[in-house]
Amino acid sequence: MTLTRARREPRWQGGQRAAAGVSLLLLASCLAACRLDMHIQPRFDPYAPTDLFNDGRSERPMVPGTVAHGHLRTDTLLYTGRINGVVADEFPFPITAADLERGRERFNVYCTPCHDYTGSGRGMVVQRGFQHPAPPSYHIDRLMKAPVGHFFEVMTNGYGAMYSYAARVSVEDRWRIAAYIRALQLSQHATLDDVPAPERGALAGKAP
Amino acid sequence: MAQIFHRSFNTIARVSIYGGLLLLGGLAYVSWVVEQSPLYTDAKLPLVQPIPFSHKHHTVDDGIDCRYCHTSVEKSAFAGLPSTETCMTCHSQLWTNAAMLEPVRASFLTGQSIAWTRVNALPDFVYFNHSIHIHKGIGCTTCHGQLGEMPITWKENTLYMRWCINCHKHPERYIRRREDVFKPIYDPPANQEELGRRLVKAYDVKTPTYLTSCETCHR
Repeated sequence: MTLTRARREPRWQGGQRAAAGVSLLLLASCLAACRLDMHIQPRFDPYAPTDLFNDGRSERPMVPGTVAHGHLRTDTLLYTGRINGVVADEFPFPITAADLERGRERFNVYCTPCHDYTGSGRGMVVQRGFQHPAPPSYHIDRLMKAPVGHFFEVMTNGYGAMYSYAARVSVEDRWRIAAYIRALQLSQHATLDDVPAPERGALAGKAP
Repeated sequence: MAQIFHRSFNTIARVSIYGGLLLLGGLAYVSWVVEQSPLYTDAKLPLVQPIPFSHKHHTVDDGIDCRYCHTSVEKSAFAGLPSTETCMTCHSQLWTNAAMLEPVRASFLTGQSIAWTRVNALPDFVYFNHSIHIHKGIGCTTCHGQLGEMPITWKENTLYMRWCINCHKHPERYIRRREDVFKPIYDPPANQEELGRRLVKAYDVKTPTYLTSCETCHR
């Protein structure tokens, strides 16, 4: 007797085959949805780490001495606060009311933690222990007489325990802050005579 | 000819039909719950960071403005993480012996970056820009939660597309005055709807049709 292999019945019939095909397609599309090619594209997000460089940063530091087109710092007063090497007592651009307002806003963000809203040098960070040395008040004689370029220079290069703010505050904003510091100094040494006559009535009875 | 099925199969058939429907409904409900839950969205889960930085302490206790550290938030797409130098502006004098701050000092000395864990991330096919939201009166806490109450930072919202769209459809429900944008704790006023409609007009916020068109966020 010879063993003959039974003829294999086809497992799937017409309609079933179509149904199986469709379900396979559906399953495949489900799997495809799990891919993240579009979510995570082959590019770096800001500050993303990388193995490409030894320091692990995807953001590359500039080569020292790099100057971008149109960014050569030819205006020495604007960028250094000095004229012919002497600390300047003038602004590199006219200060408008809008500039003062911007100066106030930037001062309140970047300077008040130490210098306080009035410039007394008793800001919250100083009260928490930044006291060796504590920042001076803007209202002492030395700083009342200091040229405005001095304040710009301190913000740009740092001074004593104070770090440079050049990376955090733009050049123009540093000048606007300097202008606002001048306004603060005026505010602490103003008399009733400095107030325009029509406004004096509004202050009556409000003196501290 | 004898019946193929016993009469008890009537019950079995009913139970399996209704039970199947119930099972499907249950599955749908469970997947909906899972999709909303921190398990899937990572929202509201405090993250472990190299330094346990407290937004609550720095913003509310110390009164430091958001922009002191996130310097580029008003002018670029990315809010900006502070450089180690920014931390050291105060911490070169304050808590100089704190072990907690050792990674900051080490980074300052060696020039190696501090490897923070990212809290909020959008898929790369989404275009998002911080500066335009800031300028149109959308506050930090609207998306990032009450940072002034977070001792450890977490992702406040799901960042699902429908969450974005909800605000793009109804900006008047979330918009606030520009001077309030950087408040670390903010609760909308009672007259939000009325104020919101006024601000949407004053700040020239685009129409919902524009704000919900595909290319506004997918460009």
